[in-house]
Amino acid sequence: MRRLFRIYLEKPELAGVALLFVLTVVFEIRSDGVFLSAENLRGMLGLLPEVGLVSIGVTILMICGEFDLSVGSMFALMPVCIALMTNAGVPFIPAMLLGLVIAAGVGFANGFITLTFNIPSFITTLGMLFIVRSLAVVLTGGFPPLLSSDLPTGVFTQFVGPGGMIRASFIWFVIIALIAAATLGGSNFGNWIRATGGFFDAAAAMGVPVRRVKMTCFVMCSMLAGFGGTIQVFRLGAPLPSIGEGLELQAVAAAVIGGTALMGGIGTVFGAIVGALLIRVIDNGLVLSQVDANWFKCAVGGLTIFAVVANSWLRRTARRIKVEA
Amino acid sequence: MTTPLISVRNLHKWYAGVHALKGVDFDVQAGEVCGLVGDNGAGKSTLIKILSGVQRPNRGEIRIDGRLVQITSPKSAMKLGIETIYQDNSMVPTMSIARNLFIGREPLRFAIGGLGLLDYQRMREGAMRAIADVDLQVRSPDALLGELSGGQRQGVAIARAMHFKSRVLILDEPTNHLSVKETSKVLGFVRSLPAQSVTGILISHNLHHVFQSCQRIVVMARGQMVLDKPVAETNVDEVSDAL
Repeated sequence: MRRLFRIYLEKPELAGVALLFVLTVVFEIRSDGVFLSAENLRGMLGLLPEVGLVSIGVTILMICGEFDLSVGSMFALMPVCIALMTNAGVPFIPAMLLGLVIAAGVGFANGFITLTFNIPSFITTLGMLFIVRSLAVVLTGGFPPLLSSDLPTGVFTQFVGPGGMIRASFIWFVIIALIAAATLGGSNFGNWIRATGGFFDAAAAMGVPVRRVKMTCFVMCSMLAGFGGTIQVFRLGAPLPSIGEGLELQAVAAAVIGGTALMGGIGTVFGAIVGALLIRVIDNGLVLSQVDANWFKCAVGGLTIFAVVANSWLRRTARRIKVEA
Repeated sequence: MTTPLISVRNLHKWYAGVHALKGVDFDVQAGEVCGLVGDNGAGKSTLIKILSGVQRPNRGEIRIDGRLVQITSPKSAMKLGIETIYQDNSMVPTMSIARNLFIGREPLRFAIGGLGLLDYQRMREGAMRAIADVDLQVRSPDALLGELSGGQRQGVAIARAMHFKSRVLILDEPTNHLSVKETSKVLGFVRSLPAQSVTGILISHNLHHVFQSCQRIVVMARGQMVLDKPVAETNVDEVSDAL
């Protein structure tokens, strides 16, 4: 038991992994084997990269001690901009890059306003949630612009691998996740992110460029959200200005379920992915188990509260054991 | 007379209408431990923050070894060999000892433009050596700072300062939240600084601590120096009056 606690303290995402395993077994039985069928996994893995990217960005930003509630809106704005640009004759790659620049700009604004006026990022990005969503709707006039069918969107959406099991987006997702994990866990910049979120004054006193660290995280979070939305739009084929509504809170839920501390300083990229996957599994598993799908939000909500309660309880217990040992 | 290690002249600092330092002159000789005392708001924290690069003065000059320097950031203070240990301790509770020791100065396996991959092996070994050097009993460099007692945390902070071969160690109320036993350990360490050829500045509310561990005592009041004497030539009463 003591060993278990010690492992937990070092790997806060483990509870999520355990839960993932249990739910997989439950849903597999309840759905008579449909849940783990190739066809169903294919669908789930197609959706995971889109929300997974958002969760990674939000998680890293939370670890450095800030929030971004505008990710759901950014999820819609970047693909809308790309669709409008390509319709206006901008080639695909420059349009993608410009889209990322716009996302970076929103992230920069979030960070700049938060840090310059020293206000909670919760408020800055709540405002930005409305502003960016409004922009997406105004730019499109409320109707999704046409997405030209000769865009090479296949680099993100086509099925690849043995039996076409996964989409290209999944490979992009894995590469980005690996880079993010290596940065957070194994680089000096990752050390600065943790220190900044863990104890801001100490990080500053030790010469960490805390402002720049936070700015970078804001920008990166916004870009990941825009990129995730763009992949989703390429998959669906229609840049709806309304996609991603509510996604900001799902991303925070995923981060928290994956062991990220709300106050910053603690969390992992792997945890973000586990959290995002858990939410997808619940969504999909409830449907397959023929439960009324409207219970989905209820389940995610319950899980979020449970995760935080369990996390803080385990952390306290683990600390007590360590001190006695 | 030898050139002081640190020499501050006519230092001024204003905060939003408050004149926190009013032309402070302050010298520290190499190899001494200097006690800096003063009531709350006397300006000692401001002076220390300027010396450790957390804040910048509005006017005045700072010399190290007689050479005029600009301390623009905590980094530049560290480069000059000035390390600071704060009362609420400058450690991140959610990070391991090894990671804490090297915040901002991580050993890297390779780097591009100052960013790169951590050399975790070297961090762990360096941390082990650093804590052994200050006689600290900690099981593993992977233990989280938050699991340690206040005295152990302060010990890690001291280990960090010593590991980076500081010339001047500033201790800002280092014994504030410590038990009696831990306090005497920290004070013992302060007394041992000259033997390790490190110059110390000890800020404390507790005059007895200062008299126990310093060679010279400097008193600040209302943003100015009001007393500067070797400990042997003064006593608690005189210092209390100056406060």
